[in-house]
Amino acid sequence: MTTAEVDFQSLRFDATRHADQRAATSARHPVIVVGAGPVGLALAIDLAQRGTRVVLLDNDNTLSTGSRAICFAKRTLEIFDRLGCGQRMVDKGVSWQVGKVFFRDEQIYRFDLLAEPGHARPAFINLQQYYVEGYLAQRAAELPLIDLRWKHKVIGLQQLADHAVLTIETPDGRYELLADHVVACDGSRSMLRELAGVKSEGRVFRDRFLIADVKMTIDQPAERWFWFDPAFHRAQSVQGQKSTPSSVLMHMQPDNVWRIDFQLGWDADPEVEKRPENIIPRVEALLANSALRDVPFELEWASVYTFACTRMPGFRVGRVLFAGDAAHGVSPFGARGANSGVQDADNLGWKLALVVQGRASDALLDTYAQEREYAADENILNSTRATDFITPKSEISLLFRNAVLDLARRHPFARTLVNSGRLSVPATLDGSALNTPDAAPFEGRMRPGAAAADAPVTRADGTASWLLRELGDSFTVLVGGGPSPASAALRRAAEGLAALKLLHVLTTGEAAAAPFDDDSIVIDRAGLVAQRYDLAPATACLLRPDQHVCARWREPSPDALRAAMRRALALT
Amino acid sequence: MPLITTPNLGAPDDFYEALIDAHRDLPPAESHALNARLVLLLANHIGTLEVLNEALAAARADAVAAAPETTSP
Repeated sequence: MTTAEVDFQSLRFDATRHADQRAATSARHPVIVVGAGPVGLALAIDLAQRGTRVVLLDNDNTLSTGSRAICFAKRTLEIFDRLGCGQRMVDKGVSWQVGKVFFRDEQIYRFDLLAEPGHARPAFINLQQYYVEGYLAQRAAELPLIDLRWKHKVIGLQQLADHAVLTIETPDGRYELLADHVVACDGSRSMLRELAGVKSEGRVFRDRFLIADVKMTIDQPAERWFWFDPAFHRAQSVQGQKSTPSSVLMHMQPDNVWRIDFQLGWDADPEVEKRPENIIPRVEALLANSALRDVPFELEWASVYTFACTRMPGFRVGRVLFAGDAAHGVSPFGARGANSGVQDADNLGWKLALVVQGRASDALLDTYAQEREYAADENILNSTRATDFITPKSEISLLFRNAVLDLARRHPFARTLVNSGRLSVPATLDGSALNTPDAAPFEGRMRPGAAAADAPVTRADGTASWLLRELGDSFTVLVGGGPSPASAALRRAAEGLAALKLLHVLTTGEAAAAPFDDDSIVIDRAGLVAQRYDLAPATACLLRPDQHVCARWREPSPDALRAAMRRALALT
Repeated sequence: MPLITTPNLGAPDDFYEALIDAHRDLPPAESHALNARLVLLLANHIGTLEVLNEALAAARADAVAAAPETTSP
């Protein structure tokens, strides 16, 4: 495949014919990933980059139908960087800085995102899911360890002590595959979850939303507009109550496409609402009541959806690990669906690779489930809170919601309570068994369990870079100050365990005083590594292969570092 | 600092009168909305979640006898 612009929406892959289908005895593979969406593709790429062969099965032969997930957060972009396709996403994606919040007919306030400086990637980009999947699929095609099979649908699962047997249906008939590990990334209606006999649990929201993608050329900077109870879209039903308030959201995607979400209420008929003749008047009413007036538009895609905030009781069922929407569901507010799914893949990739390579015990896979169940609970909590603010479920909840919006006109404090979705940020995995608790006081957010924060650095050769790009593929230990006998001694901590990169972080003063020509150093040119990691001289901070902090010390020793690595590999 | 439930108002009678006056001539729905705004303004002034949780629990304690122990769906 070339990297020229491809029409990902109409792309059809040929159904795969594989020798496994005609084998006399069923082939056995170390890892089979089911579902080539953003989560399955990300996981397959991660595994292949780590030297692990992976079979990736998809029941279809297309990428995402419609734009679907459109907001990809910084942490996800950093993961895509690690997977070798972040730059394409960022180049294509768009962003907005200014948001406007409306209540009934009136703009109550505007805000500027004012992203924290000193990160390679923006807080988020908007990008249609078919581009994300397309770029991931093109990256996957570069990796010979990925065996991607289109139109291979799993219809049977049998769990045995040390492997699973999958029955797969293809246009050429059925066949069986054996797998040491199966990862189900097959979406909210997961076939694997059903075959495993497990149900997701949680809250189902009795509400419906219409998403309409409209193409229009607007000659002004992109802004995000959110309306609570707009007059142009009223008298909807919320939770069966008539004439209770509604909401509308509009924001931008690439290619002059705008996403508009209309809350419809539970009683709306999805088939009727999906008809263009019913969507177009809704869009016209919105535009007529906005600064855009009668700008011409074309309807590109529409869908009516409901959602539930649910998760499986456990993300591991025998030999099958569940990731993404198959494992957990959230409301769309806060863009925590696809983002958390990619983070699931990020958490699982290195663990599965090490287990397959025999460098970590099977127990490491249990920590995938534990850590991502914890993260899913955090995402569900956040998305449920946003849902309750946007669609109040009781009279008193509506009263307080409207009181917040009334106060937000004049009082900045109330704007912190306005919740139209809290943008996805990675969970800090507090309490994970892989963390080594601090033995000394530290400041800042980079405590054990945190996803590593980026910061601008300069390499020894004088070129500019970013901290996250200088980390190793496996473990990395950041050490404050230049190379020394004490830091050199840290290298041997990893012997016989996993690869460890030692990265010295020098202040600009230290670098000026004693120039190093060494690829184990970076210069903290804005002082932000020291600030974000509380990295004083000789302080050490251990990062896992998925760039999460797992231990830190004021007085590091090879023994302590080795113990922390063993803990992070679930070897103790 | 825990929630103060011992006398702390400088002029209790003046406050009470002002509270009732603030609601004068308002229909019940407007009064409820005013109370909601007042709660939010005072909560922001207090700022500390622990104190607010204590206040919520203290206020709730007088309601639980009357309300059934179920949450709405």
